[in-house]
Amino acid sequence: MTTRIDARFAKLATENRAALVTFVMGGDPDIPTSLDIVKALPKAGADVIEIGMPFTDPMADGPSIQAAGLRALNAGMTLKKTLQLVADFRRSDDETPVVLMGYYNPIYVMGVEKFLDAAKAAGVDGLIVVDLPPEEDDELCLPALKAGLNFIRLATPTTNDKRLPSVLTNTSGFVYYVSLTGVTGAAIPDYSKVGASVARIKGHTALPVAVGFGVKTADAARTIGAQADGVVVGTAIVDALKNSLGPDNRATAKTVEAVAALVRELSAGVRSARKAAAE
Amino acid sequence: MNQQTPNSFRTGPDDHGRFGLFGGRFVAETLMPLILDLEKAYEAAKIDPAFHAEIAHLHTHYVGRPSPLYLAERMTERLGGAKIYFKRDELNHTGAHKINNVLGQILLARRMGKKRIIAETGAGQHGVATATACAKYGLECVVYMGAVDVERQKPNVFRMKMLGATVVPVQSGARTLKDAMNEALRDWVTNVENTFYCIGTAAGPHPYPAMVRDFQSIIGKEVREQIMAAEGRLPDSLVACIGGGSNAIGLFHPFLDDASVAIYGVEAAGHGLDVDNGHAASLAGGKPGVLHGNRTYLLMDDDGQILEGHSISAGLDYPGIGPEHAWLRDMGRVKYLSATDKEALDAFQLCSKLEGIIPALEPAHALAKVIELAPTLPKDHVMVMNMCGRGDKDIFAVAEHLGGM
Repeated sequence: MTTRIDARFAKLATENRAALVTFVMGGDPDIPTSLDIVKALPKAGADVIEIGMPFTDPMADGPSIQAAGLRALNAGMTLKKTLQLVADFRRSDDETPVVLMGYYNPIYVMGVEKFLDAAKAAGVDGLIVVDLPPEEDDELCLPALKAGLNFIRLATPTTNDKRLPSVLTNTSGFVYYVSLTGVTGAAIPDYSKVGASVARIKGHTALPVAVGFGVKTADAARTIGAQADGVVVGTAIVDALKNSLGPDNRATAKTVEAVAALVRELSAGVRSARKAAAE
Repeated sequence: MNQQTPNSFRTGPDDHGRFGLFGGRFVAETLMPLILDLEKAYEAAKIDPAFHAEIAHLHTHYVGRPSPLYLAERMTERLGGAKIYFKRDELNHTGAHKINNVLGQILLARRMGKKRIIAETGAGQHGVATATACAKYGLECVVYMGAVDVERQKPNVFRMKMLGATVVPVQSGARTLKDAMNEALRDWVTNVENTFYCIGTAAGPHPYPAMVRDFQSIIGKEVREQIMAAEGRLPDSLVACIGGGSNAIGLFHPFLDDASVAIYGVEAAGHGLDVDNGHAASLAGGKPGVLHGNRTYLLMDDDGQILEGHSISAGLDYPGIGPEHAWLRDMGRVKYLSATDKEALDAFQLCSKLEGIIPALEPAHALAKVIELAPTLPKDHVMVMNMCGRGDKDIFAVAEHLGGM
């Protein structure tokens, strides 16, 4: 089964460039603005869109994404409304892959089967659920694969060669390599090691490998884009959004453009990566 | 729930860290290799006589174990029913049962070569115990504590600092125990190489619930011996308070297969179970969900967002409960009750005046149910309550609630 994610990475491989994978929190800073932002992402150069499903207790996230989740929850965001956001986006874009990213509890409480049906109907292509390691594959991973959704797994510096095969077994779409041990938005990693890490993972899988955590600038995106199949940017985008907000964290006329402007810069970085590397 | 009664209630968890539906290993990939390492190290330690000898030595010479089993005569007389014993774990070094678990985990951390210890704490008892063990063994200690709890448990914050620990006030969420645990997990995911996460209750990802239970089971094992010496038979009932549930599972576990022993866990009903988000009774008012590495009963809304909960006791103010308790409740082996803030405050005062023992607010919840149950029971009924902590840390908070003294 080919998903929009598979198609997109295949197309970019023929163009010899990495994918720009952008993360925004669903419902941040409010639901209508969030939809406008998601709609603006492909035009600004995002190749894959990750939409965060807000959760009260995001244990693997740093302060920026924690705050984004709280803004969304305060704006009335729920898992149902996040799925509706994807459905609304799909009315005007049937090509850009959408990945939902978050934690298991809201999905478990909705019911796995009900969630997968709704996600499929809304036009979701893949899932990243941070607190479901391969040891818990029966919970959501296997049912999601059966439903035709990609289940994208994180591989980390602590995922050694012995463990890597079990992490990759039921992974599909792409592998998300977390370039540092830490929470989202933490310190800038040592980029020189990224190429070797990507090569290590590619030794075990034919899937594309996207790299994230700590990528904040067009320069960083260019460096990573030369070494990996995808560059994931989250915290920097969430911060650009936050910095555009008015009093009480309300959206302003500048909010959508603030996000789009950063994504355009990052996209230029990713698109020039292989050229720069070839010179 | 329609589950068969097992041959034994004491064999869990299974290989996947499950107690029936509950438990498991719901953590980020970064932590998974660490948790597997920990499980391996613990399995090795568990069958190493030297490890047990070291713990036994510390129990005797450092903690002051065995803690006494004390017949509360005036309480018994006043209530006019069951014969009431207190298991005096509040007499342990550092003032609560927490040290039992901490010493086990710190010895394990030493075996694993970890030099930096992190912990979360609510009331501060686990933080103090961890800071104490780290001081004794010369280990770096960082304790995460909700900013609200830092405020309401000042004496313990000071103690931790005296012991050389760094106390980090957590400003996220409701700024209580759940948020402290989130922050500790974020630290662990960042400092994987040198850090050991010393979890304070019988919850979290496997193997923590089983490991913490094993370290706390010294409570129940001693009670078995002591009650045989005092009464020549097993008790008729056990009562303990429950936040995450480590003191309770430590008392209960050695008795789970003794069908004649009735077992009661007491959750915190805060302002009352009928008050929306006004209590911390996850079994009475929650439903199964996944948080902090395990599946268990959680207080949450219809969207699966975790609620803050409330209890006068910072040690019980947690929206979840250890997974083994969730299972024991569904199996019907343990009966879970709850006590309100007010009931706990009344019990706190009664115990202080009748027995000369100032209980922590946490066991005051258990005591509130002893006060309710004992009068309904015959005089030959032997009841053991775990006095799991002393109230020194709570006297200012209680004074405030009582409008000054």
